[in-house]
Amino acid sequence: MPEVLTFDAVVVGAGPAGAAAALALARAGRSVVLVERGPFPGAKNVYGGVVYGRVLDDIVPNWWEEVPVERWVVRRSTMMMTGTQSLSVDFRTDAWGSAPYNGMTTLRSHFDAWLAGKATGAGARLVASTVATGLVRDGAGRVVGVRTDRDGAELHAPVVIACDGVNSFLAKEAGLLPRAEASHHTLGVKEVLDLPHGAINERFGVQDHEGVDMEILGCTREIPGGGFLYTNADTVSIGVVVSLPQLAASGVRPEELVADLKAHPTIAPLLRGSSLREYAAHLIPEGGYDTMPALASDGMLVAGDAGAMTLAAGLWLEGVNFAIGSGYAAGRAADRALAAGDCSARGLASYRTDLESQFVLADHKRLRKAPSLVLSDRVQQRYPGLLCDLAEGMFTVTNPTPKAGGLKLTRAAAARYGVSLRQLATDTVRGLRIFG
Amino acid sequence: MSAPPPARRRWDGISFEERMATVDFRVGARAHIAVDADVCRSCTTKACVTACPANLFAPTADGGILFNYEECFECGTCYMVCNSEGALTWTYPDGGHGVVFHHG
Repeated sequence: MPEVLTFDAVVVGAGPAGAAAALALARAGRSVVLVERGPFPGAKNVYGGVVYGRVLDDIVPNWWEEVPVERWVVRRSTMMMTGTQSLSVDFRTDAWGSAPYNGMTTLRSHFDAWLAGKATGAGARLVASTVATGLVRDGAGRVVGVRTDRDGAELHAPVVIACDGVNSFLAKEAGLLPRAEASHHTLGVKEVLDLPHGAINERFGVQDHEGVDMEILGCTREIPGGGFLYTNADTVSIGVVVSLPQLAASGVRPEELVADLKAHPTIAPLLRGSSLREYAAHLIPEGGYDTMPALASDGMLVAGDAGAMTLAAGLWLEGVNFAIGSGYAAGRAADRALAAGDCSARGLASYRTDLESQFVLADHKRLRKAPSLVLSDRVQQRYPGLLCDLAEGMFTVTNPTPKAGGLKLTRAAAARYGVSLRQLATDTVRGLRIFG
Repeated sequence: MSAPPPARRRWDGISFEERMATVDFRVGARAHIAVDADVCRSCTTKACVTACPANLFAPTADGGILFNYEECFECGTCYMVCNSEGALTWTYPDGGHGVVFHHG
């Protein structure tokens, strides 16, 4: 017989969702084990990335005084580019540079370990270097624990919270997630480059611990996706996120896209003299609200990337905050179900109700149509060039030829990219409906 | 089945080997990827070859697939893009093994 350890709750995955779930349960006085397959929390995790901290306010008061931050984001730049042009909307504010802050760059090996430390500090038991290899069910088919690869030891509890990430084999085994649905996923590839702190400040126009978040459209050739460039303390993170099925069909290697972006005339001067510190890749569940699994079954809840909680809505690209919000809500729902003595899907149903009432599912529901617009051929392949051409037309002085009007320039740029003014107007209205 | 590294291409002055050498892999004894060479021989797309960010899959002259498991990001791209049922079996490496990201 394998060894069996029994708890009030088993949480699988010590990323932000799992750490938040374990923290909520431990604070409620529940015995909870947090299983992590990596040697430490965050070891398997990759993101852009920026963490938006508002979700932490109620969970860790004054979190900004202790969180392992790289830089506080005070500039957010949205850039559209072609091979030879770029057009940015660059926003900067003092408001994001002091407490309570807005977003921060941080590294997952630091941030995830910090949040998991909050859970263990509250009494959760972290078991690292251990894979949860499958679900344990009772005679009625209810989930009552997980098997592990530690000599086959089993962890039993009335409720299991699967926070095991984008590939969630537990949610798949429970029948909540499809086995492999490439079209619901994007691939992120990232390079972290060494660059001295002072050089970052000079090149990106910031001071001290201020940071920059750049989102880039038009840098992924014919593959739907986008690019990013974020400043850390003395490194920068640059990469692309691309549609998985279209990457596979394209014949283009992912690292080639990153190399293209690094060589772009707008980007290359920012990176000059840098050297590669770490190359990384990870999948992102980007299908949005309409592709989310059922979030509860008998004895089991799903949170974070395992529940496809990443918000990829063009202007907004968020994930860690959704993982924390959903994980904490899952932990609280599990505690309520334990108190009521009913961990069936019905007993755990308050989890979904809670998520619908707060940003986690409210944002997803509101922006459910965003992926189809953001990933459309026009937004991906035509508008970046159209807008760059329009800007070039506006700002190129053509003396002695008189200036052309904005409408004439728009018409010319639209024609060059095969877009009708009617389509442009329709997409503008559609965008306002989705994002407005 | 483990294979010699597939032919590498070079972009932006950094070779693929140099890129992968920046990553901390704690290689386990058990291969966590398995492919069924017979199924792969009938595959016309070989999407894993293009999409795997670690470039672990290489086509062979007889239409099959050679692969490495050691330097795997554990992202799941290969089994997600594989359109041949049963061709590719993918699990997590044993606990504590596999990729360790320090700047993820």
